[in-house]
Amino acid sequence: MTDSATGPDQFTGATPDNALRDADRAAGPVLAADGRPLKQSLSRALRAQKLRALGLISPLLLFILITFILPIADMLFRSVENQIVSETLPRTVLALEDWEGEGTPDEVVFRALAADLVIAAEQKLHTRLGSRLNYETTGLSSLFRKTGRDVDEIGEVYLDQFEALDPAWEEPGTWVALMAAPDWIEAQADWAAQAEADRDFDSPEPRFRLDPAAGEAFPVAAPLYQRFAEVIQVENEDSPTEEEPWPIVYQALYEDLIAGHGEGVAGEAGRLIAAARDAVPGFETASAREGFLEIDEDWGNPEVWGTIQSFSDPYTAGYFLSSIDLQLTPNGVEKQPEDQQIYILLFQRTLFMSLVIMGSCVLLGYPIAFLLSNLPLRTSNLLLILVLLPFWTSLLVRTSAWKVLLQQQGVINDVLVWIGLVADNNRLELINNQTGTIIAMTHILLPFMILPLYSVMKTIPPYYVRAAKSLGATPFTAFWRVYFPQSVPGIGAGCILVFILSIGYYITPELVGGTTGTFISNRIAYHISQSLNWGLAAALGSILLAVVLVLYYIYDKIVGIDNVSLG
Amino acid sequence: MKLKTLMMSSAALAVATTGAFAQDGQTPNSPVAGEPMADEITIVSWGGAYQDSQLKAYVEPYQEMHPEVTIVWDESSSEAVAKLRAMDEAGNLSWDLVDVTAADAMRLCDEGLAMEVDINEIAAPAPDGTSAEEDFGEDMLVSDCFIPQIAYSYTFGYRTDVDEWNGNAPTEICDVFDTETFPGQRSLEKRPHNNMEWALICDGVAFEDVYDVLETEEGQQRAFDKLDTIKDQTVWWTSGADTPQLLADGEVVFGSTYNGRLFSLIAEQDQPVEMMWDAQSYDLDGWIIPEGLEEEALNRVKDFLWFATDTQRLADQAKYISYGPARDSSAPLVGQHAELGIDMAPHMPTNPANATNAFVQNYEWWADYRDDLDAKFQSWLTQ
Repeated sequence: MTDSATGPDQFTGATPDNALRDADRAAGPVLAADGRPLKQSLSRALRAQKLRALGLISPLLLFILITFILPIADMLFRSVENQIVSETLPRTVLALEDWEGEGTPDEVVFRALAADLVIAAEQKLHTRLGSRLNYETTGLSSLFRKTGRDVDEIGEVYLDQFEALDPAWEEPGTWVALMAAPDWIEAQADWAAQAEADRDFDSPEPRFRLDPAAGEAFPVAAPLYQRFAEVIQVENEDSPTEEEPWPIVYQALYEDLIAGHGEGVAGEAGRLIAAARDAVPGFETASAREGFLEIDEDWGNPEVWGTIQSFSDPYTAGYFLSSIDLQLTPNGVEKQPEDQQIYILLFQRTLFMSLVIMGSCVLLGYPIAFLLSNLPLRTSNLLLILVLLPFWTSLLVRTSAWKVLLQQQGVINDVLVWIGLVADNNRLELINNQTGTIIAMTHILLPFMILPLYSVMKTIPPYYVRAAKSLGATPFTAFWRVYFPQSVPGIGAGCILVFILSIGYYITPELVGGTTGTFISNRIAYHISQSLNWGLAAALGSILLAVVLVLYYIYDKIVGIDNVSLG
Repeated sequence: MKLKTLMMSSAALAVATTGAFAQDGQTPNSPVAGEPMADEITIVSWGGAYQDSQLKAYVEPYQEMHPEVTIVWDESSSEAVAKLRAMDEAGNLSWDLVDVTAADAMRLCDEGLAMEVDINEIAAPAPDGTSAEEDFGEDMLVSDCFIPQIAYSYTFGYRTDVDEWNGNAPTEICDVFDTETFPGQRSLEKRPHNNMEWALICDGVAFEDVYDVLETEEGQQRAFDKLDTIKDQTVWWTSGADTPQLLADGEVVFGSTYNGRLFSLIAEQDQPVEMMWDAQSYDLDGWIIPEGLEEEALNRVKDFLWFATDTQRLADQAKYISYGPARDSSAPLVGQHAELGIDMAPHMPTNPANATNAFVQNYEWWADYRDDLDAKFQSWLTQ
């Protein structure tokens, strides 16, 4: 958007940039007085100057970066970010990859879900995930909340049977001996002795390390136990040496043993494992699937699984699709049901009403600005104060004043009824609809139109119009052919200001817009502060940003942004 | 709007009144007595008459007992959930105690932003020794993070001077939908809560079946069809002050809002408006403690809560605002309005005469259906 007329190449004469270019064009290196090539010494002098300039603008640059660029980048990121599903349910997402979308998934998936949910419930993340997925499918919020309460019962059958087999399985120590790396056991014992000696129990114990041999011997149970130890240490600030593992760890151990794993464990633990391996074929089994269905039968609903699968990617187009009344389903992108389509309508309405407001600001503002710029200074200053006065009044006060004026029992209706223009039982509806929004917002944004118009008109020399008239133009022709074209930059500036301000307006439509006069920004605010669907709010905001940029581009192409002037 | 008011109890006042509180600066039986405590806490509430009632009923008495404590108010309860989430993401928690509705407490608990508490460790037992858990009762303890204070209700007020009504006065919820006998504009809240329930009740659904019916597409359509009958005559409100204002201006003849707002319109401002208690819909309000407080701040909050949620203090609050105390044991202690001197008991939503046909919102149900129904509701509104 730089103007080619002011580019450096158009200047002739001795500017530093031209000197640099001349130095380039010269056949041999031109030397400066100190014997260095001129190019080098000039660059050095220029660099210092540029750095100083950069230093001067750096506070502003930083300010804009932090308060403007970063939030916008954050918004764009949020509108596609969806890591919560794959982070909270990593095993389930993996196991669900091959699911075809028909019926309920396999037992493997349910077991993965049990492991994920036990961990998530321990970290209190399951309800957060539930709220997230509830935006997509109704009912998931309470499904996750409810399941989180009871999920630790899944696998309890196995826990009971292991403990019935040998009470040693109740001991946390048994598991530590089985799973922990020997050097961790030592380090933990040292830490415990030290803590006992110092009476200092605040320092954390060393982070749990898994014995690689155990990892090989128990491919299912070992990783789960490791996760258990981590959660116990980090979330509960407890020690795996003190806590019995979750029932699903017992279930995992059962799976390992029934599959023939668990070879090569030495010592007391080896004896326990050997006994257990002999006993497991006789164990009563329980399916995780049944367990989940018992907690809530919705786990048998393919729609629930379809939602988890559709939103398992760390980045999703789901929010953007919702923003344009589409939705992501297991069968691809579909239209939202008709009774939930609202956003496209709101975008259209926002654009349309912003244009109307902009237009009425031009119609009302142009004559005022014209008057202001042609009156003697003393009168025009007084009028200018009247224009600025609303600027100094709180936005809320002005909007509430419109309520008093426009409502059905309000001042305007009362006067109209009194004059007899309107019947008492048929008062005009001027507020809580589009009319209210347009009136109130035109009033609020009018100064943004008048001020640029005024400052541009101030600079239009009066003798052009006089000359036109003296050459025989009618007053209208003189105005339309001579004066008006010179005021267009002011109209351009005012229109851009008013349009962009109104497209993002929120308070006034909220207060006087009722149901038909609200803007897309009211929905964005709703999703930020009420529904907490920040992803959708970010997507709606991004679209709004894109729309403004596109309109700006079109404006630049048609009118030319150089034709905009604030005076 | 973040209006912070710095409330400092002056030292002189404290000296003058220490005689009245002979507990030498100790909260009686506080569970955290003797522990180090922060001297400044930030309390988040709703502002207005409600915050005043808290100030007078227990914050000022607490400060007289503990002159060293400074209380900072932040009137952000209406957007507490969003702000707490933002604070959590920024890792910068600046609130110590937050007053929220039960539904918000549940969401904060779900999001892991509020601390789970054992109510018996946070709130004092009743004077007769009943545990706090029993005294509040299951109906009040809707979430593990929620420490109830008051029960309020959404109910209707109507103007008493409408000529077109020919002397009739509405007595039941379905009169709201009867535009023949009771013509005129109505005001309803601009969200599906309560409106959908009332619509179904007036479409012949029994109280206990409302949520089962509302779960189905047909049920939702039934509710919207019923609301359609008054849609043209309805102004939709978003702030609790709207309906009282609209009623006072004569813009509407019928409107739903919080019962406390109607009380002040009727009793304090003496407007020609009456209350209709039929099918009032209960809601709860209470405290949550944000997750992740420093030890000292947490001790101060616990000390404060032990005092502020006891039987007498909750009963005292009802002197200033017509919301029912959340404890059973507080009900008999509810006295007269502090300034008007009228008996407060008949104005409580929980008063037996008012509660004959009361409706209880199902928070858990709304937690599931809020997103879905709100989208439908907004889309219905814009059509």
